[in-house]
Parts: sequence; C-alpha cells; structure tokens
Amino acid sequence: MSNIKQALQDRILVLDGAMGTMIQRYKFSEEDYRGERFKDYPTPLQGNNDLLSITQPQAIKTIHAKYLEAGADIIETNTFSGTTIAMADYQMEDLVYELNYQSAKISKEVANEFTAKEPHKPRFVAGSIGPTNRTASMSPDVNDPGYRAVTFDELRIAYKQQVEALIDGGVDLLLVETVFDTLNAKAALFAIEEVKEARNIDIPIMLSGTITDASGRTLSGQTAEAFLISVSHIPLLSIGFNCALGASLLQPHLEAIANKTDFAISAHPNAGLPNAFGEYDESPEDMGEQIEEYLKKNLINIIGGCCGTTPEHIKVIAQIAAKYKPRRYSEPVSASH
Amino acid sequence: MKIKQTKYMKLSGLEPLVLNENSNFINIGERTNVAGSRKFLRLIKEEKFDEALDIARHQVDGGAQIIDVNFDDGLIDGKESMVKFLNLIAAEPDISRVPIMIDSSKWEIIEAGLQVVQGKCVVNSISLKEGEEKFIWEAKQIKRYGAAVIVMAFDEVGQADNYERRIEIAKRSYDILVNEVHFPSEDIIFDLNIFPVATGMEEHRRNAIDFIEATRWVRQNLPNVSVSGGVSNVSFSFRGNDGVREAMHSVFLYHAIQAGMNMGIVNPALLEVYDDIPKDLLEHVEDVILDRRDDATERLLDFAETVKGSKVEKGVDLSWREGSLQERITHALVKGIDAFIIEDVEAARLEAEKPIDVIEGHLMIGMNVVGDLFGAGKMFLPQVVKSARVMKKAVAYLNPFIEAEKGDLQEPVGKVLMATVKGDVHDIGKNIVSVVLACNNYEIVDLGVMVPPERIIETAIKERVDVIGLSGLITPSLDEMVYLAKEMQRQKFTIPLLIGGATTSKAHTAVKIDTQYKNAVVHVNDASRAVTVVGDLLNKKTTKEYVAAMKKDYDEFRTKFLKRGKEKSYISIHEARQRKFKIDWEQAEIFKPKALGIQTLEQLSLKELEPFIDWSPFFRSWDLHGKFPDILTDEVVGEQATIMYEEAKKMIEGIIAKQLLKPKAIFGLFEANTIHDDDISIQKKGKEIAVFRTLRQQLQKREGIPNLALADFIAPKDSGLTDYMGAFCVGIFGAQELAESYRAKGDDYNAIMVQAIADRFAEAFAEYLHKQVRAKHWGYATNESLSNDDLIQEKYKGIRPAPGYPACPDHLEKETIWSLLDVEKQIGVTLTESLAMWPSAAVSGYYFANPEAKYFGLGKITDDQVTDYAVRKGISKDKARKWLHPSIAEE
Repeated sequence: MSNIKQALQDRILVLDGAMGTMIQRYKFSEEDYRGERFKDYPTPLQGNNDLLSITQPQAIKTIHAKYLEAGADIIETNTFSGTTIAMADYQMEDLVYELNYQSAKISKEVANEFTAKEPHKPRFVAGSIGPTNRTASMSPDVNDPGYRAVTFDELRIAYKQQVEALIDGGVDLLLVETVFDTLNAKAALFAIEEVKEARNIDIPIMLSGTITDASGRTLSGQTAEAFLISVSHIPLLSIGFNCALGASLLQPHLEAIANKTDFAISAHPNAGLPNAFGEYDESPEDMGEQIEEYLKKNLINIIGGCCGTTPEHIKVIAQIAAKYKPRRYSEPVSASH
Repeated sequence: MKIKQTKYMKLSGLEPLVLNENSNFINIGERTNVAGSRKFLRLIKEEKFDEALDIARHQVDGGAQIIDVNFDDGLIDGKESMVKFLNLIAAEPDISRVPIMIDSSKWEIIEAGLQVVQGKCVVNSISLKEGEEKFIWEAKQIKRYGAAVIVMAFDEVGQADNYERRIEIAKRSYDILVNEVHFPSEDIIFDLNIFPVATGMEEHRRNAIDFIEATRWVRQNLPNVSVSGGVSNVSFSFRGNDGVREAMHSVFLYHAIQAGMNMGIVNPALLEVYDDIPKDLLEHVEDVILDRRDDATERLLDFAETVKGSKVEKGVDLSWREGSLQERITHALVKGIDAFIIEDVEAARLEAEKPIDVIEGHLMIGMNVVGDLFGAGKMFLPQVVKSARVMKKAVAYLNPFIEAEKGDLQEPVGKVLMATVKGDVHDIGKNIVSVVLACNNYEIVDLGVMVPPERIIETAIKERVDVIGLSGLITPSLDEMVYLAKEMQRQKFTIPLLIGGATTSKAHTAVKIDTQYKNAVVHVNDASRAVTVVGDLLNKKTTKEYVAAMKKDYDEFRTKFLKRGKEKSYISIHEARQRKFKIDWEQAEIFKPKALGIQTLEQLSLKELEPFIDWSPFFRSWDLHGKFPDILTDEVVGEQATIMYEEAKKMIEGIIAKQLLKPKAIFGLFEANTIHDDDISIQKKGKEIAVFRTLRQQLQKREGIPNLALADFIAPKDSGLTDYMGAFCVGIFGAQELAESYRAKGDDYNAIMVQAIADRFAEAFAEYLHKQVRAKHWGYATNESLSNDDLIQEKYKGIRPAPGYPACPDHLEKETIWSLLDVEKQIGVTLTESLAMWPSAAVSGYYFANPEAKYFGLGKITDDQVTDYAVRKGISKDKARKWLHPSIAEE
C-alpha cells in the first residue's frame, strides 16, 4: 500500500476523471437507480449516483476499468456523497456504511485486475470524500450570519463513518476533495486522525480544495495559501485543487502553493468552464495542452480530471504526464506515529 | 540576536500570516477580551454583538495582526459567547482575514472555539499547572484541530517568577510537546510572564530583566519557538503617569525584542518611540528595567513627578502661533485651523471696545484675505468651506457677549433665501453655496429640501430677503423653478432669482425661467461665482446696469438657442418604429439568469464597495475639475485635491469602522418580451406582472442609423423566445442624519463631505451590484475581469440605464420599478412627488444583458409620441406632457 509514496518519487501519477459524466452516458432511469432492492423505496432515487455501486455495480466497474485502461494510476471510489449528511436528501443515512464499503470493494477488484496484468504499474484506489452539502463556517441564512446548518462534531461523526467503511472496503488512500469550506475539511481530517489512532494504522491522505471564482479564494473566503496553512497540521500525501475552474484558470493557484509546501501537489481540473447549457465541452487535446503547461513548470505530482472529463481526456493526460518528471518535494516525516 | 531557526510559524485567517527570519514584531489585539476591555465586557453582557464586532474590526483596521478573543467572566456564558462571536466574525471578511487567538482558561471554551474557525488559530493557553497528563491531552487535541499554542510558564508548583524557573518550565514543556506529542516546534509560543517592576518590593526588581534573559535563553535553546507577553504589565506601578509608562513600554520592548520576543500585546497608544525618549528619562527607565542600580526605583519615582503628562503634540508646525493676534486669526481662517480660534478670539475680545468689533475687525480682515485668495484662484472651495467652519466657531463664541451688551448684532450685507424645490432632495450644491455666501457675510435663510413654493414665497416676504436661490437635481425640479418664477411675477416681486443645480442650464434658465419673471434671473452653477453674482446684484450702484446686461445676454442666448433648435427635424413615431434597432433574434445569444426573482442585499460592508468608487465626480462636487487620479498631481488643484482625497479616505475609514452609513439594495431578474414595439412586458412564469414603457428617438437620422428605444434590446414576443430583463435600486442610509450631526456642530465642511461620500457610495454600490449580477446572479459574464477604470468607462457587457437619465428620461417609470420590486417596503427607499429618491444617495434602473445593448440619449421627441405614450400608459395627455416635457421638442 505505501508503495504509492515510492511511485510518487518516480513519476507523475494519473488520477481518473469524472464519475458523474460517465454515469450520465448510461442515461439511467429512476427504475435503474432503484434496481430490484429499492423498488419500493419512499423517496425518488434518480440522481443518487453513489447508490449505483449497489444497484448497477457492473456499470461502475466498467467506468473504473475504462479509466484504468486509459492509463489512470489512481481511481476514485463512487462515494462523493457518501455521508449521512449528504444522504439525508434521499433518506439513506442508514445505508452509508454499505455504500462506501461496496464502492471501495468493487473499485479495488477492478484495480487488482489491472495490477495483476501490469505489475510494474500498480493501481491504487482512493476513497472519495466529498464536502457534503452543508458549510460549517458560513451561514445559509443571510439575515442571520451567526447561524450554522451543521456543526464540526456532526461533520466529524459523519466523516468518521464514511472513512471506516472505505478503509474496511479496502481503499489504499483517502481523498478529501472539492473542499469549499476549510472547516469541513478540518472535520474530515480530524475524523481520519481519530480512525488512524484507534486502529493504529497509517493511510495516505490526499486533500484537494476548490477555488470557486476568479477572486482566487475558496467559497469560505480563504486565499490558496491560507487554505494550505489551515490544513498542513496533518501529514498529507498531497494537496491541490480540483473542480470549479478549468485547467488554465487553476494554474496560478497551484503556483501559489507549490513552493510553499513539502507535500506532493495534485490537480484535477474540470474540462473547461460550463457552456451555456451547463455542459463541459473542452476537448481532451485542449485540456491536455493546458495541463502540459503545469508539467513544463514542474508543478505537479498527481494529475487527473474532474467534472466533464472522460477516459479520452485521461488518456491524453496520461500520455503527456509520461513525458515529464514529477515535481521534486521532500516527503515530510510523519511525526505522529 | 542571531537565532538559529529552521521552521517558522504559519497562521491563517482568510489570509496567511507567515513568519520568517525578517519578520517584525507581531502585534496581538486584545480589545476583544472581556478581561482587557471593560467596554467589550459590557457589550457582551448586553448582547450587543454588533458593536462588539466593531471593536474587532477597529483593531484589525488599526493594525492588529492577530486578535485575541476571551470571554472568561463569571457573569457570561463563555462557551456560548465564544461560538457566537467567532461565527459572527467569520461573516466579516475585513475581520476574519487575520488569525484568531482563542483565549480561555477553560478547555471546553477553547475547544468550542477551535470547532468554529476554519483558519489556523492560536490557543491561549495551556500549561503544566494541572500536571502532565492534562497538558499532553490538550496539546494533542490542539494539534489535531490544527492550531498553534501559547504555553504559560506555569507548572504544578506555581508561576515562574525568576530566570531559573522560567527556563526550567519552558524546557520541560518544550520537551514534552516536541518529543511526546510531536507538536510542531514552530507552533509553540512561550508566554514567560511579564511582571511589574518598580513596585518598591525588593523581589520585583529583576522582573523585567529576568523575563528578557529568559527570553534570550528560550530562543537560543528551544529551536523554532516564539516568545510572547502582555507588555503593559511591566509598568503597572506607574498607572496614571502615561509619560513614564510609555517610556517604560518602549524600553522594555526594545530590549526584549533584541533578546528574541517576537510577538505580544501592546497598546500602540501607550508607546513612545525609543529614540524620542528624552535622555534623562531614558536613563532612569533603563536603570529600572535592566536593574542597573540599587536606587533605580526611587530615582525614577522622583523623576516621574517632572514628566507627568508631558507629552506634547508632535509633528505639527506651530511657529505661526508666534505672530501677532491678527496674523494668528488670519492664519487660522486661511488654513481652516480651529484649534486655537477661541483662545485668539477671546484675546481679541478683551482688547476690543465692543465684542462686535472682533467680528467686524479681526475676523472680517481674515475673511477678506480668504475672499481675495479665493477670487484669485489661490484657494479652492473646500478650503473656503473649512474657513467658514472656523469663522462660525468664532462667531458662535462671540454672540453671547454681543447679546449681553445688547449691542447691535452685526449687520449682514444681504439676506439670501436658499431652498431645494418641492419634490427634490438633493442639496450638496445648495449647501456649498450657502456656506460660501455666509462667509462673505450674507445672512442665509436655508429652508432645506423639498420646499413647497408657497413656503418659499411666504418666507421671502416675511423675512424680507434680498435674493432667492433655488436648487434642484432632477428634471421635474425645472418645472418647479418655472412655477416659482411665475408666482414671483404674479406677486410682483422685484428681488433677483438665482437658479442652480446639476439639471439646470443656462439654456433652460434663459428659455423657460427668464421669460416668466421680469426681474433678474441668473443661472449660477458654480459656487465660486455665487459671491460675485450676488455682490453685483445687491450693489445699489451697479445693480440696474448688471440686471439689464443680464437680461440682454439671456435674450440673445435664447434667440440663438431657439434658432438652433429649429434646424433639427423629427420623424413621426410610426416612422421611427420602422427604423428601430434590429437584433437578429434567431442568432442572438440569450442567457437565462441563474436565479430569477427578487433578492435584497443588506449585509454588505461599505468596505467592499470602496474599491468601486469613481472619484472624479466627488472632486467635481467641490468645483475641483479633472480626472481622477491625475487630478491629485494637477498643477493647479492637485495639492488641494490630494488633501480632499485624504480627508475623504479618512472619513470613509471612520464611516466603515463605525458603520455610520448603511447600504441596502434590491434587484430582480425577470422573464421579459417586447410588445407593441416600445413596451417591455415583464413576466413571471409566462404571466405578465408589469410593463415598462420606453421612449424612442425621433430625430431624423442618416440612412442606416436606427432610432433607438430600450425595448429594442429585448426579444419581441412574436419571436417566440423568452428573454430576460432586470431592475434594481440601491440606497445609502444614514448620510442625512450624519450630515445633520455635523451641521449642528457648525461643521458644514464635514456635513457636505458626508453627503458627497454617500453619493459616491451609492454609485459605487450600483457598479458593484451590476458586476455581481453580471457575474453571479444573471451569470452571463462569469469570466469578466475589468478594472475600476474599465467599469467607469462602461466596458462591461450589457447596460443599466436609469429612469431620469438620457436613455429613459421619463421619471414615471420609477413607479413601475417600485411596485415591481416593492422597493419601499423591502429596503425603504421612497419616491417624492417629483419622483426623486429618498435617501438622496440612491440609484435605480434597469438591467439589459444583450451584448448589443448600449447607452444612448433619447434626444427630443414630438407630440405624436407623447399622445401615444399617454394612451399606452393609460394616463392623461396633460400628465404625460408634464413629465416628458423636458424631452419634448419645441413646436
């Protein structure tokens, strides 16, 4: 498992692309989402992508396989919304453990097949931990700025459940991603540390924030560097940014943190910005060209794609990444264990 | 001191605070500490969290790089208050940009604080006081929450009070933290206990020097740590003698910083510059701090008697105070300095035979110099208004003496009635003219704003005024002025009528007002001209000639103007519609707003609006002409403009810190389609909820040049497309009250300043809101990156025309906006009978997003469109004529 650290010294690792975009291609109906098991479930379930790991596992496995074929070193579990907080929308809080466990398990199965075929290129599974749909340091009510819809402890407990299930399901590392509120991420990191301590294990953590607009700040108002400082108390495998912006707009923010940290740097941008129909339509070649700019500047250790990216994008990215050396960084000594 | 260090502390709020080998002393603000500020404690007890936030903001504005927050008090719920206050701070970007120091002696309060702050905080504090187990557990938690920590030099035995105990506890704490807890060494801050010196107790003699030496040891022997402390403790025994305390603080800091103290709580108001401490005082203080003599304390105590309250104002050239009394008074008036005017006027009064002589003598001599300089262009309007402030203060002081003597009050040279006409609320220009005239010894009868004509007439008769001055900014005010001129004629007035205000013009005055009144009518749009005009009008010798010349000038101007007007020709409204601006709707890109419906914005800080201010009009309102920022370096007005700019910035800072002005806004984005060529139907889910009537250009144009109406920028209903349009209103509340409070103190200068600033904020808010709408709420320009200059030059895509302005001069459409958005109820901006907005610092208008939408001027329209408009809007033709008439071409 820890050979991901070794791999990172040798080459730029490629993360997979969007899960949601690939699921959309299947055009699953409400019935498809429900499958046999949830056919009488009281709430509408269409759109609950995490659930597909249980009801359409073959589709999820196929998507994973496509990304691995395209050259991804790391695939993400289909668990972006796998917390009790996010699952409350579907009244599926009680299913959180199973969802995460199953997703981790099927991802690992596919990854193992590929590792067996190409032992020189081991494949890793990252447990995807999304931001939930609530913010711990902002009020959803403009008239009551002191109000919070979720507390640190509620987040910590929800994340802890997700983390335990992902680890039980066999993930190699954890990816806390699309962080728009740093306090949510700190709760996730706190939970991970608790699990690590209780089980006396170490597991690498990737952390990826989201810069929401051209102001260069997270949704909760932090600059890229302030965000970096706020999460650097935990020994991370990597830190970086994903989502919200296309590859070219992400570059200045990566530059802002790359020379200020000893962690590896990751990026998984969107395929450009959404067009008038809310679709991402940057071609693999265009995106690859922009990503090549990062690599030329030696900014990156892990590269992949977020919204709108497909195996075609990842294939181009993997080909380009193979041409460049990874960013040099000194892996910090894990102090806590 | 050289300190070997490999890692440096990094903290964060919304922005980073990163230490390095060149870092200066980090200043921690402690006014948000119930133990450090009585006011803060009271506010928290009374649950006045808004005002408590102001204290935090004030500290950050004042330069605090970290703010210490503490709620340890028996009478408040510390945990609840901590969470509430930190949550509120998180919503204030101008405060939360700095890191927070969570300060409590109770762990549960510290942990509650750590759970609500996203940035990397400092915990203040932990110690070995209750043993290693608790110390280790708390340190582990803090590490997991991601904070730095202050460690007090305190252990199971007690607080460290000498050199050896300090280093012993620091070393033991450091070893446990670094080796057992694996706490990052750069995140450890030692508070080594600053205790008072010169208490008279023998055992306190080394309190300062021990701290300093322990600091040196800690920084040299415990790698990467910081040292902090509360500095004011050291001078505790000299409470009441700020002169000595200030010197003690700076001497202590000077030596402690050299020894390695790199952060702390220092009150900047109680700090002397080390090099500025007088030699003898410095020697005595250093003797105490560094414990250099056995009798150091006694010597400082003796010496302290001589320095009590010795601090003099620094950095101000007071050499002019050495001149003669008249020179001093003249200087004060010319420079607008009011600090010594009472003292000088009192001296003049004692010398003078009668108190009135001081006004007619000393003060008038000074004001004449002001008048001459102003006339020669060597002084500028804002300076004159400042002079007036000094003059007013002097006169207010003298008046009781004059009345007591039952002497004649000073005879003014003339009485001027000033009013902003009915339905209008704008009075900056009127106030400036009033002040300028007042300092030229005219008596001003200021009736304020929204003054009905009857009251103007009645007051003019009763007060026997010599001149009437009318002001107005919006177009309906022009009619009010015409009406008043007619009334003056009907009631056989003979006194001159002055016309001023942004919407007035020489043309309108000559054509519409001058013809209604047989006596003098003068358009004065420049405050600096007001004095000479009124002087000429009231000078008995020259007035006849002057008025005759004026009448002749206006007559000629009128003839020329009307002739010019006739050369233009117009096409019928029917024909104009044939020549409308045609957008290819099949190809056009229509962007659906991200959020349809109405939203209000009331939580915004003025600080966010400040960068959007367009300064050029601000200077214009003070008769300083030029484009910002070039105006600041302008050869003629640059110096004055720079002073004004700095004063305005300072006032803005105060306004922001105390939240004296409150911005509010409302806007709505709706489905819209053009119907019947010139109307825009506003819909909600396909149902019509309002109709905007637009006006179309009728001037004959070259072939191929369209006759525009705003409706052309929205897709017509018969295109089958759904298009969109917006409407908005922003207002700045509180300016009137603030200006009044200045005026009540006789400070017209700042009163006018407040109003000018509020106007700028209203425009800035409109700019800001438009940007937000483009980028976020409508979202058609998410990628826009325009500088403030670009915004001022209207380089953005889409437009925001305002009713009453060139593209849509019809004020009546404001009523449609008001009912569509429910503006009055939602944010409280109201409309007067002339449809001026109140508060006057307000902007309202429409949003059009089509990339082909552009600003234009309507120009003149003809009678057929007026009739058509009346029918469309369902109002009488007379009413339509009344409101549109500034835009109707002369037949």
